[in-house]
Amino acid sequence: MISRIDKDHSRFREIVRGKIRQNLRKYISRGDLMSRKGKDTVTIPMPQIDIPRFTLGGNQKSGVGQGEGEPGDPVGGGDPQQGQGAGQAGQGEGEKSLEVEVTLDELAAILGEELGLPRIEPKGTESLNTKKDRYVSLRRTGPESLRSFKATFKRALRRQVASGTFRTENPIVVPIREDRRYRSWRTDPRPQSNAVIIYMMDVSGSMGDEQKEIVRIESFWIDTWLRSQYQGLESRYIIHDATARVVEREVFFRTRESGGTMISSAYRVCSELIEKEFPSESWNIYAFHFSDGDNWSVDDTATCINLLRDTLIPACNQFGYGQVESPYGSGQFIKDIRAAFPNQEKLVTSEVTGKDDIMDSIREFLKGGR
Amino acid sequence: MAPIPQYLRELQAEIQTYAENFGLSYFPQIFEIVNYQQMCEIASYGGFPVRYPHWRFGMEYDHMIKSHTYGLSKIYELVINSDPCYAYLLEGNSQVDQKLVMAHVYGHNDFFRNNHYFSRTDRRMIDVMANNAARVRRYMDRNGVNTVEAFIDTCLSIDNLIDPWAVFREPRARSRQVPTADEDVQEDDRAGRLNNPRQYLEDYINPPEFIAKQRALQKEKREASRKKIPAQPERDVLGFLLQHAPLDSWEADVLAIIREEAYYFLPQMQTKIMNEGWASYWHSKIMTEKALRDDEVIDYADVVSGVFATAPGQLNPYKLGVELFRDVERRWDQGKFGPEWEHCDRLEERSNWDKKLGLGRQKIMEVRRLYNDVTFIDEFFTMDFCREQKFFTFTENRRTGRLEIETREFQQVKQKLLSALTNFGQPFIYVVDSNYLNRGELLLGHRHEGMDLKLDYARDTLRNLERVWRRPVSILTIIDDKPKRIRYDGSEIGISDEPEAFKV
Repeated sequence: MISRIDKDHSRFREIVRGKIRQNLRKYISRGDLMSRKGKDTVTIPMPQIDIPRFTLGGNQKSGVGQGEGEPGDPVGGGDPQQGQGAGQAGQGEGEKSLEVEVTLDELAAILGEELGLPRIEPKGTESLNTKKDRYVSLRRTGPESLRSFKATFKRALRRQVASGTFRTENPIVVPIREDRRYRSWRTDPRPQSNAVIIYMMDVSGSMGDEQKEIVRIESFWIDTWLRSQYQGLESRYIIHDATARVVEREVFFRTRESGGTMISSAYRVCSELIEKEFPSESWNIYAFHFSDGDNWSVDDTATCINLLRDTLIPACNQFGYGQVESPYGSGQFIKDIRAAFPNQEKLVTSEVTGKDDIMDSIREFLKGGR
Repeated sequence: MAPIPQYLRELQAEIQTYAENFGLSYFPQIFEIVNYQQMCEIASYGGFPVRYPHWRFGMEYDHMIKSHTYGLSKIYELVINSDPCYAYLLEGNSQVDQKLVMAHVYGHNDFFRNNHYFSRTDRRMIDVMANNAARVRRYMDRNGVNTVEAFIDTCLSIDNLIDPWAVFREPRARSRQVPTADEDVQEDDRAGRLNNPRQYLEDYINPPEFIAKQRALQKEKREASRKKIPAQPERDVLGFLLQHAPLDSWEADVLAIIREEAYYFLPQMQTKIMNEGWASYWHSKIMTEKALRDDEVIDYADVVSGVFATAPGQLNPYKLGVELFRDVERRWDQGKFGPEWEHCDRLEERSNWDKKLGLGRQKIMEVRRLYNDVTFIDEFFTMDFCREQKFFTFTENRRTGRLEIETREFQQVKQKLLSALTNFGQPFIYVVDSNYLNRGELLLGHRHEGMDLKLDYARDTLRNLERVWRRPVSILTIIDDKPKRIRYDGSEIGISDEPEAFKV
């Protein structure tokens, strides 16, 4: 039977979900949600979901205390130590700020519902599952090579104690046929990842901290959504200024380099990566490139367009280009590629002027459901 | 939930004997043992095993279970004001903890039974709450969970608008609530006359035309207030809405349930300091004088030091309550009361004062019977006590944003303490008129006592009131020293100036 409180609790969780949905734009544009890496839950700080009443406002921050000190001395933090010691259930309502834990899957679901994102049809429907055997249990039959010495003797001891043939002064345990135990395995299917996201970011001098923050947030959410769609998603990170290289996730988000911008360098590295590691027949490939759109030269832009046309767009499920507005960039690149691929569905471009646009940009990128 | 095991039953019998010998009089006491999840569950239901379904209980639970899991707090015990009195013990507590909790519970039990403010509470509230829950569930089945829950939210939003003294008044005669127009008040001979003890001046002080004029005025006033509902400002807003708001029968019942439960919990809020102080006083007494074994002293001291810990910037009702009871006991034992004591201003004489009256126990028993937090503090929070216990007021330093000690001045400390306790630090709200502007609008009045209403909350509360009244709702209040009226007409909030502030 589900206990009453569990029902109330799940009602409460539902309300929390509703609140998250309402304020998704706010939460998305904040960076601190992804502060904790390696966990599949995030903690969302939320003001107490409150029932409004007629209460007194004004100078609430005063009161009566007890202890040492002279007038003018600071009063300690004053965090109420709740319910310490014996007491009645709190009828008084303290100020509690609520921290709600949500799993990333849940968050992705909320994001998906809110943005109306379609589920993605995976390419290469033959599932790339591998199998792995794990020895987890015991059984009574099996090859002698798998006989569990310890378990067999335990059984034997148990039998002897039960039947009274065990002598403490002469503790000899002799297993018989029925005592034998063999290790047994279970086969776990391991879904093999067949999707990869390749993030590319421009780290040239013109990309400031705010621009990087936007990229960081946006790729986090894209990552979250795609992860909820594919089991075991791979990701690769490429940063570039005038030259490009594959880097670790941390480096991707932290680096600030300066220098010129040659976008083609990134595209070249990306297409090499795809060629070497992720053959497009069996992989769902998503590439996202973020830049301020300030490419070095017209020639380089032409190279980019060639690369896109010949290798990247054919290989990828989707190629996303996000242009972050920066005070230095000319923002020409987005116009150029839009002009070059007017009807290419696989190429999605989006302009992000500030944190508030992140939601819309994510929607742009993901609404295709490819 | 399970009855307590044998060794705890023996413990209970032992503690009960001590309590009885000390002269406590209590309801039959039943302990049950629960694990911490059950404890959190019951605690989030305000101590009751069955309440109507509502998300806020889930929220409380979420909070409690988390802070318990992370070791931030621990609910030792829960006790319900009922007859028989139920209390829950936490499974896995050490024996000395259980002993302490039992002793504490007997203190609460005695307080519930004897304090005047609890005298009108329903002692079968466990059953009442369970019945209420069953009815709410039925409404949910019939009208949908969301509808009913939303209405509960609405009701909870106004559940502090009740009259703490209503339960002690005789139920009003129906005629006062619904006056008839032709009912005439007996006009006695003295009506309209000024009080005049000197007969020979009668014609001069009360000339006939003056009397006629006064009588006409009075009649007019009577007539006006007769037409007005309520005739006088009414603090029991919930009760008023219940009688006069256009509610469906299930809505009326839900509102009645919320009101009933609000009134039930009221005395616990009125006597928080006393109740905890009294229970703490008795657990100390029972434990240190009787129940404690030598090998338990350290553990006991450890727990108790946590219970009585005072953090600066915050008042511990356990500490304040127990110290005040002890102070009263000491003073009445030594005869430190009455005019003789009050007027003695020689320090040496005061400090050696001991008339050896031994009236302390008797006095605190009387205090626990007759007082509530406000009257308790008002009468027994003395200057000596304030100094001994090192009380101070603190306030926010606007420049640094820090909380700082403001003063140790006795009058100010007491003033602040009392104003925080009066009406539980909540505003006084009255129903003023149910046919405001002759348009069936509801008018409330906020009796301003120096602090403004929290405006964002006030707006949302007005919205909820409109949901119940189904006509525009206004409240008279004062914002930044100017009389104002906040009105919600069903679509938007308006704030307008008023000629004068609301007074009762």
